[in-house]
Amino acid sequence: MRAYWWKLLAILLLAYTLVAGLLMDVPRLPILNETIRALFFHVTMWFGMIILLVIAVVYAIKYLRSGDLNHDDMAVECTNGAVLFGVLGIVTGSLWARFTWGDFWTNDPKLNGAAIGLLMYFAYLILRNSIQDIYQRARISAVYSIFAFAVFIPLIFILPRLTDSLHPGSGGNPGFNAYDLDSNLRKVFYPAIVGWALLGVWIASIRVRLRRLSRKLEDKLINQ
Amino acid sequence: MWKEVAILIRKEITLEWRQKYALNGILLYIVSAVFITYLSFGMGQGNLAVTTWNALYWIILLFSAINAVAKSFIQEHQGRLLYYYMIASPEAILLAKVAYNAMLTLFLSLLGFLVFGIVMGNPVQDTLLFLVNLILGAIGFSASLTLVSSIASKAGNNGTLMAILSFPVLIPILLMAIRVSKNSIDGLDYSVSLDKLLTLLAIDAIVLAVGYILFPYLWKS
Repeated sequence: MRAYWWKLLAILLLAYTLVAGLLMDVPRLPILNETIRALFFHVTMWFGMIILLVIAVVYAIKYLRSGDLNHDDMAVECTNGAVLFGVLGIVTGSLWARFTWGDFWTNDPKLNGAAIGLLMYFAYLILRNSIQDIYQRARISAVYSIFAFAVFIPLIFILPRLTDSLHPGSGGNPGFNAYDLDSNLRKVFYPAIVGWALLGVWIASIRVRLRRLSRKLEDKLINQ
Repeated sequence: MWKEVAILIRKEITLEWRQKYALNGILLYIVSAVFITYLSFGMGQGNLAVTTWNALYWIILLFSAINAVAKSFIQEHQGRLLYYYMIASPEAILLAKVAYNAMLTLFLSLLGFLVFGIVMGNPVQDTLLFLVNLILGAIGFSASLTLVSSIASKAGNNGTLMAILSFPVLIPILLMAIRVSKNSIDGLDYSVSLDKLLTLLAIDAIVLAVGYILFPYLWKS
């Protein structure tokens, strides 16, 4: 936690994303118009979510191998961060859909997949709260988290590709690559992904420290 | 290993046969569920759309499968589980339970199909494809439900937990199965459903493999 260069990097990248993402010239396209800026604030949420989930799964596996509660802290807080990103992604996506498709929610495989994925991780959080013993809780929720991840990946990456979808980037609809002829969007898009992901890890690491401190305090109270 | 699995499957069947009320209960469950939907939707006029038939069939199957598999770790006493823990490997236990539950789910789905066919008519044009799809669906359901039920049994065994943990995990399998089943009802060519069947098979394999790797960690506690 002592190294803070990446926190500065996160602030810089996000400041750049906000300023450039809101002010830069974007391609003028019918229907899309200014909503193409959702690329920096909606699409990046899903990247942040997936990155955090991958970290969470890695730590869940580490926990199963070692039985060290510190790994479990990391896994659960990364999942919490991923759920936050997921909710933000759904909300921003729904706003975007209101102004391009005319509705907050459409029956689209990508939207439904994302919603089901969120249900899965809400279930994970409920499962955690229903087990009292901390070691048992850590082990069982690690198992469920790995299992859910293994189902989540085909759900959002494979199934939408098998059906038609209104969503950009699938079902014959072009993704942003087609609009981004001079690579201007990319100059903000990639930094934005890194920035949001770093912010997520930052939030998670603060909450992990909080968890460890409260556990230490509890131990002290019990053992005094 | 395979001998162990075979013995464990036989044990499951014997146990089930001894306490018939559980098996009969689930059979009655599916028959009553079909009849309730018949009364609330069709009212004997026989004008149920094919899409509705398909969706109803799979939803009833989903709920009966959850109910049937939920008890697979609950019905046994703590002491007996400890006994299995000492004499059998966790992988063998998982495979036996999955195989047994797949047979049970398949049996339930065939029974459901029969009752559905009697009371609401049988619109299926391509029965072979429908049955293959049922087999794949049953394997996927039982593989994921067995793991989830062992998780739920560790967490205080309540029905709500079993349902919320299993619904999202089952949805990919359910979606694929419903689509293939729709194709088989419409009697479409195999080439239309082939990629979906392969995806279903792949999801089954993923679920089974992940369960196989993870189950020993659950079993230990």
